[in-house]
Amino acid sequence: MTTAPEGQAASASAGGEVLRVEHISKRYGAVTALTDINMHLIHGEVLGLIGDNGAGKSTLLKILCGFQPPTTGHIFLEGEEITLKSVDQARSLGIDAVYQDLALVNQLSVYHNMFLNREKVRWPLLNNRSMRAEAAKRLDDMGIQIPSVRAEVAQLSGGQRQAIAVARSVYSNAKILLLDEPLAAMGVKEGAIILDLVRQLKQNTNVSIIIIAHNYGQVLEVCDRVNLIQGGKITLDKASSETSAQELTDLVVAEYRRALEERQRSA
Amino acid sequence: MSDTAERAADVFGPPPGGRAAGGNGLLRTLRHGTGAFLRQREATVFVVALALFLYFTIDNSNFLTHANMSTLLSGDASPWIILAIGEVLLLICGEIDLSVGFTFTMAPFLMYFLITYDGFPAILAIIVSLIFGLFVGFVNGFLTVTLRLPSFIATLGTSFVLYGVVLTTSHGEPVDVPASAEHIGKFFGNETASAWGWSAIIWAVVLVAIFHMVLTDTRWGLHTVAVGGNQLGARESGISVARIKYGNFMITGLLGALVGLQVAFYDNTIDPSAGGYTYMFYAIAAAVLGGTAMLGGAGTIIGGFLGALLLAIFTDGFAIIGISANPLFIIFGLGILAAMIANVQLGRLREAGRT
Repeated sequence: MTTAPEGQAASASAGGEVLRVEHISKRYGAVTALTDINMHLIHGEVLGLIGDNGAGKSTLLKILCGFQPPTTGHIFLEGEEITLKSVDQARSLGIDAVYQDLALVNQLSVYHNMFLNREKVRWPLLNNRSMRAEAAKRLDDMGIQIPSVRAEVAQLSGGQRQAIAVARSVYSNAKILLLDEPLAAMGVKEGAIILDLVRQLKQNTNVSIIIIAHNYGQVLEVCDRVNLIQGGKITLDKASSETSAQELTDLVVAEYRRALEERQRSA
Repeated sequence: MSDTAERAADVFGPPPGGRAAGGNGLLRTLRHGTGAFLRQREATVFVVALALFLYFTIDNSNFLTHANMSTLLSGDASPWIILAIGEVLLLICGEIDLSVGFTFTMAPFLMYFLITYDGFPAILAIIVSLIFGLFVGFVNGFLTVTLRLPSFIATLGTSFVLYGVVLTTSHGEPVDVPASAEHIGKFFGNETASAWGWSAIIWAVVLVAIFHMVLTDTRWGLHTVAVGGNQLGARESGISVARIKYGNFMITGLLGALVGLQVAFYDNTIDPSAGGYTYMFYAIAAAVLGGTAMLGGAGTIIGGFLGALLLAIFTDGFAIIGISANPLFIIFGLGILAAMIANVQLGRLREAGRT
């Protein structure tokens, strides 16, 4: 396990650990998706979890958001060991995942989406006025620009939708946000909305963020630290300032070469 | 999302296209208002219904009379309107109920049996019949949500079961409304007692108002849309999808039973051939004409109401201008298709017009 002492020292000054993962493994029958994952997340930090398709990113995400349990290993939230039984339970503990498309109801307005299942009610009716005002203020504070909170989500761009999904999670008092491929299928302009939002969150809130991505160039810009995941293990843990897209690319390319050589040997 | 004035008030950035482009204030408001109206899903069916209404009114002096309006609204439109309310809710949350027409058929027979053979007081028999409607909805919910059958098949099954029960218990013969129930029956609707001739349509309008509020302004309505629009997303945010679907099946069953009783009182007879698939399909046609999406996530109660009115104006109007019953169906079918084509094409224009 490679560690970067400087990186750790730098981020440790920002606050204590909010999440620690020790010796997590996950097997599906004969297939081992994760062999031995050790990682940690510092309070208020943005961690980039980077890896190629099939490296185990999604499996780790599913474990961290409570969707499925690990085969072995321990998870600590703010120093206390926890067992994640369901997505709901993870969310109630403050761990929330934001997916690309699953989150929003296209037919509903922005503010109804933001308050979905947490609506403000003046019984028996919805208190739309109050929800609108609060959603507008919340989005304004985060610097998210949309035409109107009354707009149907279907009318918004991919970046705006993602931003609203993130805003909703932050709004529900998430301590740890897991962003799953937030920049996938997004143009530069759209991606900038999300990167900007992440910066805003870092400055103005206490939320700690893990960005899961296989496209590292842009992600490096907003991350404090990067973990590279390869073959079910974390093979690199460095502060963003001490690594580069080039280094990450080289590591992944080296892995490809090894895989290729192995294939040729066995052929 | 109708009043654009308030929308402009909570602007984040200026609305796309900018506001400087419109002419003077009044003109802009007018243009804005018309645009907002045409953007509503119900606009097409409203315009078509109004045009037909005016056409029949001008064409035939017997159309806009007290007697004919009472028949059109209470006799034809009201049952379709009330059944459409349930179907709209179900279609929005991604389900359908084909059995509601037979809940309709069964409910008044149940009331009849309870009064005639079990000596129930009329009011109690009516209440039990309404609860029976809830029960049918519960069974449909159980088959669809818990046992995961597609609602199309599940409710087709319950349809036949109910129809079989009606035919078996009634021996396929109509019966009279029990005398003890006639008094209460007036409140539900009665064709012959002219003062009560309007009660069915009043029921329908009140129910439309209530369920319009439920759909647009309560958590239940919001969650119904969410479940139909993005079931996974709704579940993700902790909404109980099962509860919403069970609930809407039960509302539909209850309304089906209510309409069955109403029509029995209105016609003063309980008929095993009343209700059935015909009423169910009119209700679904009304919902879809009114802009409710067959695939869920979108629709309005007002739309269903207007759709049912359109069907009633159509049926009644063509009969009154002397088109005989058989070719009427040809016109009727083509009319539904024409209205629906207008709906879909205008919907496409609406989508394209969005910025």
